[in-house]
Amino acid sequence: MAAQSKVVFERPHALLPVVTNYCPGCTHGIVHRLVAETLDELGVEGRTVGVAPVGCSVTSYDFFGCDMIEAAHGRAPAVATAVKRVHPEGVVFAYQGDGDLASIGMAETVHAATRGEHITVIFINNAIYGMTGGQMAPTSLPNQVTQTSPYGRDVASAGYPIRVCELLSSLDGVAYLERVTVDCPKNVRKAKKAIRRAFENQIDGVGYSLVEVVSTCPTNWGMTPQEAFSWMRENMLPYYPLGVYKDVRAEGFANAAEAAAARSADCPVANQPSQTEGGAR
Amino acid sequence: MSRSLDIVLAGFGGQGVLFAGKLIAYAGLVEGREVSWLPSYGPEMRGGTANCSVCLSDDPIGSPLVLAPNALVAMNQPSLDKFEGSVVEGGVVVADSTLVKRIPVIPGVRVRAVPATAMAEEAGFKKLANIILAGALYAETSFCGEEALWKAMEACVPARKAEMLELNKRALALGMRAEAEPAA
Amino acid sequence: MAEKVLMKGNEALAESAIRAGCRFFFGYPITPQTELAAYMSKRMPKVGGTYLQAESEIAAINMVYGAAAAGARAMTSSSSPGISLKGEGISYMAGADLPGVIINVQRGGPGLGGIQPSQSDYWQATRALGHGDFHVVVYAPSTVQEMADFVREAFEVADRYRTPAMILADGMLGQMMEPVELPEPLDPADLPAKPWATTGHADARPHNVANSLYLTAEALERLNVERFERYARIERDEQRAEAFLVDDADIVLVAFGASARIARSAVVAARDAGVLAGLVRPVTLWPFPKDVLEATVPASKAYLSVEMNMGQMVDDVRLVVNGRRPVEFFGHAGGVVPTPAEVLAKIVDMNGRFVGKGGE
Repeated sequence: MAAQSKVVFERPHALLPVVTNYCPGCTHGIVHRLVAETLDELGVEGRTVGVAPVGCSVTSYDFFGCDMIEAAHGRAPAVATAVKRVHPEGVVFAYQGDGDLASIGMAETVHAATRGEHITVIFINNAIYGMTGGQMAPTSLPNQVTQTSPYGRDVASAGYPIRVCELLSSLDGVAYLERVTVDCPKNVRKAKKAIRRAFENQIDGVGYSLVEVVSTCPTNWGMTPQEAFSWMRENMLPYYPLGVYKDVRAEGFANAAEAAAARSADCPVANQPSQTEGGAR
Repeated sequence: MSRSLDIVLAGFGGQGVLFAGKLIAYAGLVEGREVSWLPSYGPEMRGGTANCSVCLSDDPIGSPLVLAPNALVAMNQPSLDKFEGSVVEGGVVVADSTLVKRIPVIPGVRVRAVPATAMAEEAGFKKLANIILAGALYAETSFCGEEALWKAMEACVPARKAEMLELNKRALALGMRAEAEPAA
Repeated sequence: MAEKVLMKGNEALAESAIRAGCRFFFGYPITPQTELAAYMSKRMPKVGGTYLQAESEIAAINMVYGAAAAGARAMTSSSSPGISLKGEGISYMAGADLPGVIINVQRGGPGLGGIQPSQSDYWQATRALGHGDFHVVVYAPSTVQEMADFVREAFEVADRYRTPAMILADGMLGQMMEPVELPEPLDPADLPAKPWATTGHADARPHNVANSLYLTAEALERLNVERFERYARIERDEQRAEAFLVDDADIVLVAFGASARIARSAVVAARDAGVLAGLVRPVTLWPFPKDVLEATVPASKAYLSVEMNMGQMVDDVRLVVNGRRPVEFFGHAGGVVPTPAEVLAKIVDMNGRFVGKGGE
């Protein structure tokens, strides 16, 4: 063998050399890696602050190498908002699950998005509350059996799942929304591209960006990892179709503010110049 | 000897009782006295009743809420009706007789009726009946030195509103020398 | 000496917070504190700061949590019902050892209650601002000047001990105008560094984490114990109170904030009537000024707690007096403000019952 060796695969610097608490087959590990690779590639780990949610990824503050804040349940967008206001030159991301983002934290999610906060949100949608042992989530599918929908989610009583990307796509502060999954190498590469774009948007001041990762929970779904991916492909992807839901740059705008102005072009008051001079965002 | 004046100014929202109260409080501040100003606050934004309590004293002011005034400025009938009974003996009531139709006789209390709203309209500064009444209260109580009063006016009206300052000063002067109407 | 200006308590407090280096304010409208947020919305853009009207009180306090974690002096303000919503974030701030200032311009409760001045959040402020074992340093101003002075002190104490601090005011103090001398402004850049803050590690140090989660019981207990050692230092060093005519007082009144103003008037009137009354005015409600109150016990005959609620601080007075003297309460609730005459009548009544004619 030749003396030289070539590194073909290594731990991203932005991921600490620690063992995670995630179950076998969980997608959190893959998505953590994609986020960490992105921070490495963009060279921003040193000025990044991540905000962890309440849920299975609650202890992700121990896994990411950047500075981290653990937020109250659902409040990561509010916390991230403030960090970005204090350090506008920093890179701030919130990493949240479906219960955190779309149930208890829906107000914070919608308002951070409509304010056009220059933050990046990574949203793990696996249609269940994992950390508390598998209860019905705001994204649990109709008839999906969980600990708190033991006869299947009855939409007549529990209502319908929330499609987060579709919901947020109407908001003017939003620059970029894409729904991806990580069930196969091709989709992992697509997810990586989306996550990278969501961070680039922030660095370039384009606006609020969110990447929804349709995920699995083999443990609480009661399946093997492969069965879980199959169930996800069969049931979740038709309900939560993959794709780009908003991308103001692809629409030809420099940022969300430009797109918003075009949308409200006929409203005189909405197009007046700002009244205050200076001032931090 | 310590002097203190506990004033209630009351009227409809929009008549300027809060501003007139602020002017009086500011005059006390100019003279380095203890002063407080406390507004009523509530859900009525327009057309409801508004009042404020103003205290001028040589000693630290306890409750800024005036429940037993020794001066009442009433800009409408409901305000007079509400507060006339609370005025202490030796106190003074200044009422806008354009809007207060029933000028009361209160034993031990001087009551001065000034048609402030009519005077303001006649003089061409319709919204300054409040300042005319503050001037009339000054004529009754000399609640501060005259120099302090003019200084307070300059402090209360923003410098960029020079013409408003002039009108306010004229209204104040008008109130200070207004003839009292004979009590009905 | 700076010139005195006539300002509302809410506005004087807001201006003073800016002068204390606060550049991040997160608020939500509620009577009777709204002028504070409105003032911030006007001034913050002029000083390069951030005013953000949050979507809820919950979001606002969690923004304070984030800004504090990021190393800034941050503040939020509300009135009673809104403070209940902030309880979550305040507990998290305490749990993550984050400094920050919370203003409560109290109104009557419970529930939506009313909008008139009240002190009915004393228990909440001193006992239970949120879940868990923690305290918040609580200041009770009783003048507009103190509204301005205490907010700076609150920021400094919060930073020194890494704890949230609260100004417990009320609708009267928030709405009233008095002459105030504003403190000299501080430049936020001159504030002491916070090496623990999550600012981005700049490849220069291990990552910082702001967190209140400890899944190992022993680790969490250890942190609680350490935090209570800090609380013990605060109790030792930060108690503050004003004593007025207490040296020879038979009847010692205890009152804070707006009701202390009324109690003071009643004490003066009682002295004029020949009754030896005095007043202890707690300036910090937590830590409760036990030392100043304790010093009055030997000479006193009885205590009277005067509050704008149904009787809350009276519990703390009883804990200090500990059965050695009778402790009574006088107050009004719901936004009704006690009058000096009512308090005087109560003092005279107690004097008749507890101060023997011709000595003991």
